[in-house]
Amino acid sequence: MAFDPSILAVQFVSGLCRAMILFLMASGLTLVFGVMRVINFAHGAFYMLGAYLAFSITQMLSTVPGGFWIALVIAPIIVSLVGGLVEIFLLRRIYDKEHLLQILLTYALIFVLNDLTKMIWGVELRMVNMPPVLGGFVPFLDHQFPVYYFFILGVGLAVAIAIWFLLQRTRFGKLLRAAAEHRDMVDALGYNVGGLFTIVFMMATWLGGLAGVVIAPTVRISLGMGMEIIIEAFLVVIIGGLGNVWGALLGALITGQLYAFGILIIEKYAMAFLFALAALIIIFRPAGLLGKTTQEGG
Amino acid sequence: MSCNRTQHWSWWLVAAIILIALPFVLEKAVSQYYVYLAIKIIVWALFAMSFNLVLGYGGMMSFGHAAFYGVGAYCAALLIVKASWPMPLAFLAAPVAAALAGLVIGFFSVRIKGVFYFAVLTLSFAQLLYIIVFKWRSFTFGDDGIQGIPVPDIISTQDSYIGYYFFALAVALVCIYLLWRIGRSPFGLMLRALRDNPQRSTFIGMNVQNYRLIAFTISAFFSGVAGALFTFLETSVSPDVLFWSNSGEVILMGLLGGMDVFLGPALGAAIMVLLNSFITSYTQYWQICLGVTLILIVLVFPQGVGGLMAKFYSTWKGEKRA
Amino acid sequence: MAILEARDLTKSFGGVAAVSQVTLAVEENEIYSIIGPNGAGKSTLFNLLSGRLPCDQGRVFFKGAEITGMPPEQIVRMGMGRSFQVTNIFPRLTVFENIQSTVIFQQGKGLNLFAPAKAMAINETESILEMVGLLEKRNEAAGVLSAGDLKRLELGIVLATKPDLLLLDEPTCGMSPVETAATIDLIKRIAVETSITVLFTEHKMDVVFSISSHITVMNFGRVIATGSPEQIRADGQVQRVYFGEG
Repeated sequence: MAFDPSILAVQFVSGLCRAMILFLMASGLTLVFGVMRVINFAHGAFYMLGAYLAFSITQMLSTVPGGFWIALVIAPIIVSLVGGLVEIFLLRRIYDKEHLLQILLTYALIFVLNDLTKMIWGVELRMVNMPPVLGGFVPFLDHQFPVYYFFILGVGLAVAIAIWFLLQRTRFGKLLRAAAEHRDMVDALGYNVGGLFTIVFMMATWLGGLAGVVIAPTVRISLGMGMEIIIEAFLVVIIGGLGNVWGALLGALITGQLYAFGILIIEKYAMAFLFALAALIIIFRPAGLLGKTTQEGG
Repeated sequence: MSCNRTQHWSWWLVAAIILIALPFVLEKAVSQYYVYLAIKIIVWALFAMSFNLVLGYGGMMSFGHAAFYGVGAYCAALLIVKASWPMPLAFLAAPVAAALAGLVIGFFSVRIKGVFYFAVLTLSFAQLLYIIVFKWRSFTFGDDGIQGIPVPDIISTQDSYIGYYFFALAVALVCIYLLWRIGRSPFGLMLRALRDNPQRSTFIGMNVQNYRLIAFTISAFFSGVAGALFTFLETSVSPDVLFWSNSGEVILMGLLGGMDVFLGPALGAAIMVLLNSFITSYTQYWQICLGVTLILIVLVFPQGVGGLMAKFYSTWKGEKRA
Repeated sequence: MAILEARDLTKSFGGVAAVSQVTLAVEENEIYSIIGPNGAGKSTLFNLLSGRLPCDQGRVFFKGAEITGMPPEQIVRMGMGRSFQVTNIFPRLTVFENIQSTVIFQQGKGLNLFAPAKAMAINETESILEMVGLLEKRNEAAGVLSAGDLKRLELGIVLATKPDLLLLDEPTCGMSPVETAATIDLIKRIAVETSITVLFTEHKMDVVFSISSHITVMNFGRVIATGSPEQIRADGQVQRVYFGEG
């Protein structure tokens, strides 16, 4: 196992890409927890939905140039609409229940969403074609990197900046931050907390759907996609700190690199490093790397 | 009063007759496969009921209990295959090993505040164990698993499952009886109080972490028994027994059957095993049936199917008296 | 001998001192009350005394032994019982089980794995239920009781731990005048008939002045006056805190 620079460079970039996808997932999870205090176990299903929708949209528009870009815009919106329905008809009923039941409900939701996906798209593996513009390679440090990698990095960065702007520079962002700290106060001040929750959940599922569309051209789209990513997303959120979006970014970056280099050491089971790190964090610093120490996860 | 007592005994007699006659009836009327299913239900019922000590009594949602089931399964297999232990000894050692695993994992886990953190920590421990077993081929044979584990002739499943059925039933009944005693004991009462209000429990002088750890360890012990039963049923074991989907299954069994009724999880186990085995022949969309049922349970009847049945039974009894 | 002694207790939250240099001594068999306006730090003080919160500075002594930094369950076992402002009981257990579980634990049988708990400690449980007036409701689930009954149940639980010192955080909070009078009677009876020392916080002045043998007044986390009810009534500073200037 020679550690020559080009292998390290490849792993580093691939780790960054993985990190961006995880950031999109984790930021949605952590946003929902931060504002609504709910853990959405079914978040992976929305990611999967985004990927399948990307497939369908690009299929329908196969004769139209730029089908992928249209999917990039439309699919996350559709996913967020589904998210809105879930929030209104299901989540609203469990806000006052104990956390155990909340987690069980979102876990059960996974089964429902999985089968609905199966009903619509069947069990065959689906593929989404890479948009031609992003299909090439770019030489960097002696190695050819797929252009698509840089696209993923770009999307991740853009979303991070957009979230920063939203949270720090807009009135709505201020409201979100206030609701995360003092929900009762926000309620008492006359804001429609219920509507706020719906919007936040739709934002989170939009992010999940976006992650699904972005990853679609690089993987085989299957019914197991959701389960595969949700556990990793949980670990990212815990490493970074529940409720903290920047923690989600930091956690994603760490996780991405840990996995990328972990593969060099124990091949298929680099996840072991992630589980070990998450376990250490939960035991010694449950608030995560960027979380506040008075936060509770349940 | 004597009228009640006769009624009481007659229920037990009926249950005993059914349990004893069942495998013979199934074998004659349908096939061996159904006896195998019955044994599977027994194994999962024991697993689910030992898990309920932690979930229903202790209020802790462990997402890594497959670890103890798996340690029990692997310990039994490895002792026989690698150390040539006789089967009875290996069978007794397995739950002890599982209990040790419970002690270690529990020590770190029970002091965690927060349902989600607890769930992810227990999940992480279990997945780490899964990965270790998978990779440590020299010790555990990795993903090849262990096959052809010898089982004494009386209970061997080579010709018929009936012998093993009675073995598994006997073991499970003893364990369930012990779990029942523990549930009704002062310790069981302390656990329920602890689940209801950990702060108040602290302020009556209880060291909450210690009590949780003891419950966790006992639960791991009986989960290990279930794992060993599984190993000898299949005469083989593979790393899959440790995978977190098993931990998820046993949680769902508890929810489905009812966490607050003693036999609830056993009922949940029966439902899930039968569902898994048969519903695929009716529809390929069994996940949505399961999902919707669980959602209904969370929203409408969190007491589970078992809890509902218990409620109907007590209202029925009440009406009869009136 | 002072059964409970606190020296220079200080606790801050985010830069704001909730409790500041509080020193007090509770003598055995007293009925000792702590009063002060909202936010004076009374509940925080209780949390420091009972070990629920660690103090930033200061020391606490119980029955002559230092308990600073001791875990709360250990302090309880030494003989300090407390009730909470927001009533803390076991909602899913029955009224009977609430007390019974505590008695069984107090008797050291909490780790018994095999005896049937139903048949244990029945006499002791019944006598406590009778003392707090909840015997008829023994089989109800504790969670459905009225607020006043909940407070009495909690008092029963605390009594079941056989404490030498009772810390009661606003024991008549939310009660009607009738219930308040009954509760105060009960507390007085407990203090008189047993050798239990009572330390409580309260808002209702008539309650405080009717049964206390010693009163400490707090404001902004500090002790501003301490003494007998007559001394407190006459204290100018106390008057200003409660009634403004003059």
